[in-house]
Amino acid sequence: MTDLAEDVVLSVENLSIDFRLRTHILHAVENVSFDLKRGQTLCLVGESGSGKSVTARSLLQIVDRPGSIVGGRILLRNGSEITDIARLDPDSRTMRAIRGRRIGLIFQEPMSSLSPVHTIGSQIAEAVRLHSDLDKRAARAKTVELLRQVEIPNPEQMADRYTFEFSGGMRQRAMIAMALAGNPDILIADEPTTALDVTTQAEILDLIKRLQVERGMAMLLITHDMGIVAEVADEVAVMRFGRIVERGPVDAIYHDAQHPYTRQLLASTVKLTRHVEGRVPAVAASSQPPQPILSVRNLGKTFGWHGRTNSLRAVDDANFDLYPGENLGIVGESGSGKTTLGRLILRTVEPTTGSVVYRNRDGGQVEVTSLTKKELRGFHREVRLVFQDPFASLNPRMTVKDVIGDPLIVNGLAKGKALEERVAELMRLVGLDPMGMERYPHAFSGGQRQRIGIARALALDPRIIIADEATSALDVSIRSQILDLLLDIKKRLNLSFIFISHDISVVRYFCDRVAVMHRGKIVELGEAEQICTAPQEAYTKSLISAVPNPDPRDKRMLHRHRFVAPAN
Amino acid sequence: MLGYIFKRVLYMIPTLFGMSLISFLIIQLPPGDYLTSMIATMSDSGQAVDPAQIERLKEIYGFDDPFYIQYLKWIWGIVSRGDFGHSFEWNQPVSGLIWARMGSTLVISLLSLLFVWIVALPIGIYSAVRRHSVGDHVFTFFGFIGLAVPNFILALVLMYVAYRYLGQSVGGLNSPQFAEAPWSLAKVGDFLAHLWIPIIIIGASGTAALIRILRANLTDELHKPYVITARAKGLPEYKVILKYPVRIALNPFVSAIGWVLPHLVSGVTITAIVLNLPTAGPLLFRALVSQDMYLAGSFILLLSALTLVGMLLSDLLLALLDPRIRFN
Repeated sequence: MTDLAEDVVLSVENLSIDFRLRTHILHAVENVSFDLKRGQTLCLVGESGSGKSVTARSLLQIVDRPGSIVGGRILLRNGSEITDIARLDPDSRTMRAIRGRRIGLIFQEPMSSLSPVHTIGSQIAEAVRLHSDLDKRAARAKTVELLRQVEIPNPEQMADRYTFEFSGGMRQRAMIAMALAGNPDILIADEPTTALDVTTQAEILDLIKRLQVERGMAMLLITHDMGIVAEVADEVAVMRFGRIVERGPVDAIYHDAQHPYTRQLLASTVKLTRHVEGRVPAVAASSQPPQPILSVRNLGKTFGWHGRTNSLRAVDDANFDLYPGENLGIVGESGSGKTTLGRLILRTVEPTTGSVVYRNRDGGQVEVTSLTKKELRGFHREVRLVFQDPFASLNPRMTVKDVIGDPLIVNGLAKGKALEERVAELMRLVGLDPMGMERYPHAFSGGQRQRIGIARALALDPRIIIADEATSALDVSIRSQILDLLLDIKKRLNLSFIFISHDISVVRYFCDRVAVMHRGKIVELGEAEQICTAPQEAYTKSLISAVPNPDPRDKRMLHRHRFVAPAN
Repeated sequence: MLGYIFKRVLYMIPTLFGMSLISFLIIQLPPGDYLTSMIATMSDSGQAVDPAQIERLKEIYGFDDPFYIQYLKWIWGIVSRGDFGHSFEWNQPVSGLIWARMGSTLVISLLSLLFVWIVALPIGIYSAVRRHSVGDHVFTFFGFIGLAVPNFILALVLMYVAYRYLGQSVGGLNSPQFAEAPWSLAKVGDFLAHLWIPIIIIGASGTAALIRILRANLTDELHKPYVITARAKGLPEYKVILKYPVRIALNPFVSAIGWVLPHLVSGVTITAIVLNLPTAGPLLFRALVSQDMYLAGSFILLLSALTLVGMLLSDLLLALLDPRIRFN
């Protein structure tokens, strides 16, 4: 048995994990080695499918079948002894005593990682009692204390609540409390903030960091976001295709990356923190005062009955203009009303108040809010939508040709040979090979599917495209490719974009002007560069400063601007 | 919660009223009435029919009244005196006939429901957790047999087995010597000995269906993140599965309460006739054939009421089980 260095709590040596699939063996993880040190954070970075989550789960021996550890050792310091986790039976008592007690786990989906039918308190108390001999009352007291430590207000009452009564950030706090229940000395956090808003993300990362320092825990943080890595990591391991391609202290990785993949990952992240160079906003380029293609005035939507206390103003008095050839970004956190605003413009949700004026190809003005159903269809031909989820927004039973050609068939514009030619043309336009026309969406990757979605939106020669979180489900390198594709198409087809996103970096990269939404209101509207570098409003300041900065020498998030929302 | 129950019970009143109206209407729909079918039977067997007596009977039973008067008389009798009318065929008050039948129907329903739960739950869990194992395939095979074979054929087979190899008297719920005897320990024993055949047969298709539903639901739940969370806490595997995913996949079990009763009455009437069970199904069937309208109408009304109660119970239990329903 080898000795571990003094401060190493857990050491992974040449770990390999295989998935025995029906047709072949998938080497999900190959020869991965790293050490977790007391009080230090190791970030495991990689894009989806790189094997980082499987690696983390193998430390607890909870890899789902048909995956299994086929080689290597996972050495855990156990007092003066050392246990090899890889050799333990997953169902053994020894292994169960390590789960929760020695190694705590937090993971991504705060929505689904807690049981919806048990109270938060009972789920935490269960973990407490599992690893101690406290009675029910003492376990309850400990639970409340844990909830207090993760800064949940009114912990006594909140312990009896269910998960669906918690916001995403609160759920993640409860999850952290549960992971800490057994007093572990190693914490694994698998994408703990990916599903959260930036300001919530900053708070949760703060909390995890503080608890880690207080308790001297070793932490393994898994993420795809190079910005987060820069903010919290001591050491970084970059994973790709199941292997660690580069490993080192955070500063070395960011400022002296050796492996080309690390550099590419960093480049695509850093690229998104800047505005596209050499681009002149369309508005400034023309000599005459431009005519807006779309004018939104006093647009509002109230859900529920007017005047009732439980009515919700999802969008409140929105005003903006969209100029031809312009990219207008709408940013905001979840629940800010940005998606509803997009739908109001298309009238897939009926506005309560206000007007939307669209200037058509002949220069005539159309009041969208008073269009009949039939006229609305014409409007929808010119203003198209690109969806967020490239998996859910394509019908799996339709071939790519059917998906892209569908708007043409529905509107009776093309069929047979002509349809095929048009689809091929659209596929080439979005950088797909027309040979794939007869295949089904599952044969394509996430990025390719999003290209199919874009091709579908372009099929009817639209003038405006509303992209609702169109890149947020994609890995960072794919994300910048898709944004570049959209910019290129925009230039070629003279499109205008309304780009709805929660991701400030994407908006900064892609948009000319940005509207910041908060609680249904547009709080600030201005040039993208100005919003991102010199925001005026308090809320915008807090939003911008919460965005992790991909430079470990300039940890912006730690001294961020905090915004306390005025009570309504 | 109490307010919710009260509201639900209150809503049941108009529903019941509507159901009684519809059931009465359906019974009246076929041309003729009990007397015409009686005259037809009597003429067939060569008996003389006295027109004066028929006129007299018509008047007594009010067959000449318009539909709504007949309905109002009937429903008023139920509401004011608990009088469900008179059964022509049995020549006695409907209420006397009905209660015994409803009692045995309820007992068999509840026991079948218990049988379905007890058998389907462990098998469903096993099938989901050990999906595609030999055991799962065996259970799936038998499950499909249970779904595919008509109940009454299964009933005939079981009756044969019970008679030929176990030497039991089959059919009905009691042996002939106990049929008229008062309830005693021996009679209860005899009753239980008769009960297993109808319960297995009536439960078979429901069990098979629930196993499939539980297997599908649980398979979906087993890989949800909250299960991994429970495992990562250090819980033993059986506890992980029973406490979390099974709890959530359990909803269709509770909903079963709502459908097992109507299923028993309408779905397994043929089985009940084959097995000679003293349940509501066969009696309702005969009442409909002979246009014994008050008996048929009262049965349908009572069964609707029981179904509504079953639905209410299953809804309340669901709310108890799943807080997401409770809070909406």
